[in-house]
Amino acid sequence: MPRKTYIQAIQEALAEEMRRDERVLLMGEDVRLGVFAGTRGLHAEFGDRRVIDTPISELAVAGAGVGAAATGLRPVVDLMFGTFLYLAFDQIANQAGAMRYMFGGQATLPLVYMTQNGAGSSAGHHHSQSVHQFFMNMPLIKVVLPSTPYDVKGLLKAAIRDDNPVVFLNSLALGGKRGEVPDEEYTIPLGVADVKRAGADVTICTVGATVYTSLAAAEELAKEGISAEVIDLRTLSPWDKDAVLASVKKTGRFVAVDESFPTCSAASEWAATVAEHAFGDLKAAVQRVNNEDVPMPFSPKLEKAVLPTTEKIVAAVKRTFA
Amino acid sequence: MTEVSASVVLDLYQRMLRIRRFEEAVGGLFKQGQLPGFVHLYVGEEAVGVGVCAALRADDYITSTHRGHGHVIAKGGDINRMMAELFGKASGYCKGKGGSMHIADFSIGMLGACGIVGGGIPVAVGAGLSAKYRGTDQVAVCFFGDGAANEGSFHESLNLAATLTLPVIFVCENNGYGEFTPARQAMNIENIADRAAAYGMFGVIVDGTDALAVYMVAVEAVERARAGGGPTLIEAKTHRKGGHAEGEDAFLAGQKYRLPEELAAMAAKDPLEIMHRYIVEHAIASSGQLEEMDNAVVRAVNSAIDFARNSPEPDYASLYEDTWV
Repeated sequence: MPRKTYIQAIQEALAEEMRRDERVLLMGEDVRLGVFAGTRGLHAEFGDRRVIDTPISELAVAGAGVGAAATGLRPVVDLMFGTFLYLAFDQIANQAGAMRYMFGGQATLPLVYMTQNGAGSSAGHHHSQSVHQFFMNMPLIKVVLPSTPYDVKGLLKAAIRDDNPVVFLNSLALGGKRGEVPDEEYTIPLGVADVKRAGADVTICTVGATVYTSLAAAEELAKEGISAEVIDLRTLSPWDKDAVLASVKKTGRFVAVDESFPTCSAASEWAATVAEHAFGDLKAAVQRVNNEDVPMPFSPKLEKAVLPTTEKIVAAVKRTFA
Repeated sequence: MTEVSASVVLDLYQRMLRIRRFEEAVGGLFKQGQLPGFVHLYVGEEAVGVGVCAALRADDYITSTHRGHGHVIAKGGDINRMMAELFGKASGYCKGKGGSMHIADFSIGMLGACGIVGGGIPVAVGAGLSAKYRGTDQVAVCFFGDGAANEGSFHESLNLAATLTLPVIFVCENNGYGEFTPARQAMNIENIADRAAAYGMFGVIVDGTDALAVYMVAVEAVERARAGGGPTLIEAKTHRKGGHAEGEDAFLAGQKYRLPEELAAMAAKDPLEIMHRYIVEHAIASSGQLEEMDNAVVRAVNSAIDFARNSPEPDYASLYEDTWV
């Protein structure tokens, strides 16, 4: 199977869906050039009409996505960095996420907000945040955060074909990551987790870049005779509760690893759900590993210290054996 | 003034009457405690929505505001389903999930009222973008107030529509108040239409109490948009006959905020009276005929109230309907 980068997989997904469906268009700042490469090359194939460079106006562009989706198109709105979605919050939270319900089912919004999530490039607080937890909190917005080239392609294609608003987060740290991506057509359904490593003693549930940190932790733990299962949720809303609860039933231990601020993080939701629905299966208290509770510092050394690390995950797992 | 046909004139008057009588009834029901939530009435501003929507086709789009009842009626909405929505009933436009500030009728291109000031502006830009992308000659109109003209969404949206040459008509209903704050206190310019120049688009000021005048500038803006000439900013100077919201005295605790000179100007400029006078003076219809028209509108509004009252409440089961497709 051919090996491609995470970014190449995004390019392929966009190009294939634009070829497949005339209603799919792309808009955002510098999407023609494709500054972070996800949209690169599309303008050459699809031209000005379908690859639309906009002014730096996140709120208006996010809202234009709503209006275009409500009137028959399937826009992909590229907002470059997760933090830029804060500028567009009204249109995403009040309009995109609520319109169908608020209007009694009249609106159908096949709309993808695509952006980069998380830290890893020492770019400072404004370009290094995770935003997935905010959108998990909003009803009726789907949230996707893939970790592998294979997953990002299949999930992005599915997100574009989905008739609901989707916040599609690419992991900033994973752009150059290589993996097997078939040339043949495939999609991956939203809302289905993937077991990235099977194990028997503890369930590590995670998403995005921390999938790799968790896999490294599982490797360390294996040396000490602890068999960790690593579940990559891939989709955060709706998320695959059944897969997580089934794994906890088997292992009896649960560690939630999530690159976001600790309070009301994704990990908080997973941990609460496991505590609520699998209490009888648990041999130890659930554990969370999140970012440190501070804005993201610039120093590469400090940035690394803020993020979930292999050491922190190993320590959290060991607490479940204490 | 270019000649406007008698049938258009009568249509404008009838649409304004429907709004006026509907809103008066809503105000009465609210006072009696029969309507939940907040209502913001369009009384005094009828000529703007009606003048603009009369220049549109059924397949053109509009987005609206928290003061949106008039826009729905002007675009041809069904007052039974509107009234039922205001009562929160299952037969309402949004099955009781939207309410006064979230009424929509996609079947007539009415893409929604909006409880967020300035929230509907970018949505109209997207509808305009979509029309252009699909190669139709539809246009999108976005109604908003003087308050919204100070929102970031206004700036971003007008610039975006101008740079992409989109068929969007921005209609600012300047009623002189953003909630309770006089517009003159919230901006250092007299005319919001002047801001059009900053975006490289056409800007025009019109007397928003004169439905015919509004209609004429709307026709011109719509023609330009359909022909690929890009967006227009229309500023309609108008008056809010009532308050920001019904029952606002409870919030204000007796404090007054209306400017005396504005109240005096408003007293002389009722859009229905202006139109009534025009029709009679031009012998388009007699006072008696207009009174008959009025009576028929009142009957229709009363029957909308009956429809709403007799409609069932939404089922609890509907809570989880209209969620994901």
